[in-house]
Amino acid sequence: MTDATASGAAPERRHTSLMTADKGTRRRNAAEARFRAYGLAAIAVGLAALVILLVSILSQGLSSFRQAYVTLDVPLTAETLDPGGNRDPADIASVSTFGYSSIIRDAVLNTFRNAGIEIEGLSEDEARGIISPEASAQIRDRVLADPELIGQTVEIEVLANSWIDGYFKGRVTDRTAELNSNVSPAQIQLAQAMQDAGILNVHFNWAFITAPDASDNRPEAAGLGVAIIGSLYMMLIVLCLALPIGVAASIYLEEFAPQNWFTDVIEVNISNLAAVPSIVYGILGLAIFINFAGLPQSAPIVGGLVLTLMTLPTIIIATRASLKAVPPSIRDAALGIGASKMQSVFHHVLPLAMPGILTGTIIGLAQALGETAPLLLIGMVAFVRDYPAAPPDGFFDPASALPVQVYNWTQRADPAFVERASGAIIVLLVFLLIMNTLAIVLRRRFERRW
Amino acid sequence: MSLAKLTVSTLALAAVSATAVSAQGREQVQIAGSSTVLPYASIVAEAFGENFDYPTPVVESGGSSAGLKRFCEGVGENTIDIANASRAIREGEIEACAAAGVTDIMEVRIGYDGIVFASQIDGPEFTAFEPAQWYNAMAAELPMDGEMASNPNSSWSDVDGALPDVEIQAFIPGTKHGTREVFEEKVILQGCEDSGAYDQILEINGGDEDAAEDACMSIRTDGVAVDIDGDYTETLARIESNPNGIGVFGLAFYENNTDLLKVATMGGVEPSTETISSGDYPVSRPLYFYIKKAHMGVIPGLKEYAEFFVSNEVAGPNGPLSNYGLVADPELEQTQQQIADEVTMSESM
Repeated sequence: MTDATASGAAPERRHTSLMTADKGTRRRNAAEARFRAYGLAAIAVGLAALVILLVSILSQGLSSFRQAYVTLDVPLTAETLDPGGNRDPADIASVSTFGYSSIIRDAVLNTFRNAGIEIEGLSEDEARGIISPEASAQIRDRVLADPELIGQTVEIEVLANSWIDGYFKGRVTDRTAELNSNVSPAQIQLAQAMQDAGILNVHFNWAFITAPDASDNRPEAAGLGVAIIGSLYMMLIVLCLALPIGVAASIYLEEFAPQNWFTDVIEVNISNLAAVPSIVYGILGLAIFINFAGLPQSAPIVGGLVLTLMTLPTIIIATRASLKAVPPSIRDAALGIGASKMQSVFHHVLPLAMPGILTGTIIGLAQALGETAPLLLIGMVAFVRDYPAAPPDGFFDPASALPVQVYNWTQRADPAFVERASGAIIVLLVFLLIMNTLAIVLRRRFERRW
Repeated sequence: MSLAKLTVSTLALAAVSATAVSAQGREQVQIAGSSTVLPYASIVAEAFGENFDYPTPVVESGGSSAGLKRFCEGVGENTIDIANASRAIREGEIEACAAAGVTDIMEVRIGYDGIVFASQIDGPEFTAFEPAQWYNAMAAELPMDGEMASNPNSSWSDVDGALPDVEIQAFIPGTKHGTREVFEEKVILQGCEDSGAYDQILEINGGDEDAAEDACMSIRTDGVAVDIDGDYTETLARIESNPNGIGVFGLAFYENNTDLLKVATMGGVEPSTETISSGDYPVSRPLYFYIKKAHMGVIPGLKEYAEFFVSNEVAGPNGPLSNYGLVADPELEQTQQQIADEVTMSESM
């Protein structure tokens, strides 16, 4: 104040133009420009990290959606498949998949000789080796389903071995073939010749999404089917439990509960629980649901319950925030025209808060979908090949989960699983992308501004 | 208030579903344990599911000790039936089992696993090692002039002039792995005895054999030896980014990655399924799984799975397990007989 009068009283006034910036303005402008540059740099760093991540995952993983298949003329010789010659299903079933390896060998030899392919130095075992061991099971299932086929020659499309498949994807080179005992140069030549003759085709691989996991012996057959079902079951359980419990808890806390030290303690605890490391929920789940309640191990029901506990704080916090965002005038108006407290909440406040609640729920679900650590302790990080049954029985059958499958595959010795793991990450990312887009769409569609 | 309500309602839900489940009964075999045995167990489980009418067993990993701990939690449908282990069960674990009511345990040896020393295929010429060289490179302290001094060797040529002149950088299994035990006993302790260091240590500490063994097997912690707590894929990644590094791998893992790794001989013997089964290659160990006899006849397919695992067409010399890198057990027939008769550990002793 005194400064202002002092400068106002000064005989000499400084004349500055709006066009020419003085020192102070320049400094402020420079600070602003710097801050914008920092912001842009921060975004650039974030984007670069995202691009690097996506490029590395996509370049490694996209190839897992395509797979090399060989169309074989399989001679189902009666001597091998039905030694008794009586077509008794029990007798046919007694021939194990190992008994089918000679059939596969003959089938490969047949097929490429019929196509007029000659490869020098190719042994019969090497010829059989280009086919996945999965083929034995595939042909055996076909024979068991229809014993009449025995004695005939059937055309069946089977998977090529992962090393042959890797050759067409550039993972296996001639140098690999020379050095690695799992694949020989003659096999690569045979595969190339078969592709030229149209016997071997690389095409889209639905089995990667639908088939169950496979052992280290046959990475080419491994798929995400059981993991996707397991994840879906768990999300269903989380949705059905966490949404009603979470919304009920938040409505009570926000609208009905008295403000005292007890509700304060609960509020602090909920915020605290949201930050608890997820493995802690796994320990809790093991102690309560498996050891105390006697639920089965590796089952989606336990995974779903554990993830529900993990997601609840997120949902409660999001729901309370969106309830708080509804202006008090709405409540007052409802109460003013004679609505009960409950009517004002359920008829007016809750519908207005719904977009926020749904967004919070979906974000909580997405977080739960990507969680591995708590599942480790309840036995879901496992090799599971049988599809769980339809719900509700299926909730108690063993299953795997998407992030668990990624974790499992990165640990396997065969290099083909690197590609599979990246492919599984892509599928997981697509699921997350869909859920997060849904959250944004819901918010945009139903959001109300005052 | 709401938290209490929440816990009560989840518990109630859990209790209701628990009763629903106990009526059903578990149908598939549950297995957990060693990550070394996991690939073999999953190969067998897969083939078992294909060839039998029983559901495919569920196989978890987590390490031998973790598997045996869960195995010893008790008898009943919500405990595992089989524990895979890359080492024999310990006395303390048998006692823990007995305390929880798991008394009849069947031990099944499935074959042998070799442990190999491999480096980058284009890296320095690491082609032949002796246990003594590894001892001198890895030991925390070496006996020198009548007392223990911290290990001065920093390059392989310091250890032995025949080895390349590159810094020592070894990626060895971490202490939670069963492999570490084999590495310490069959390589480091052996090297300690071979080089004469063991006798010198005995002289220094006045003849205390246990202390001398411990001194032999204590690994240096100055960053030269790196513990890998993950699995072999992590060791491989470290080797790939470090041309001078040498890693410890399982034979099966090495055989799947022969285009990236080159293996060194140990004591002049090249590791292969043949040299390991003949006993010429020194660094190998038996692999086991343990079955709860009380679960046989309760869990469908348990005995069939065990019999299938050790059958000749699976675990024999040309079966899928041996193709993957397992060294077939020459005494497989005894094991088959033992499962057929359901002989437990206490009966066979």
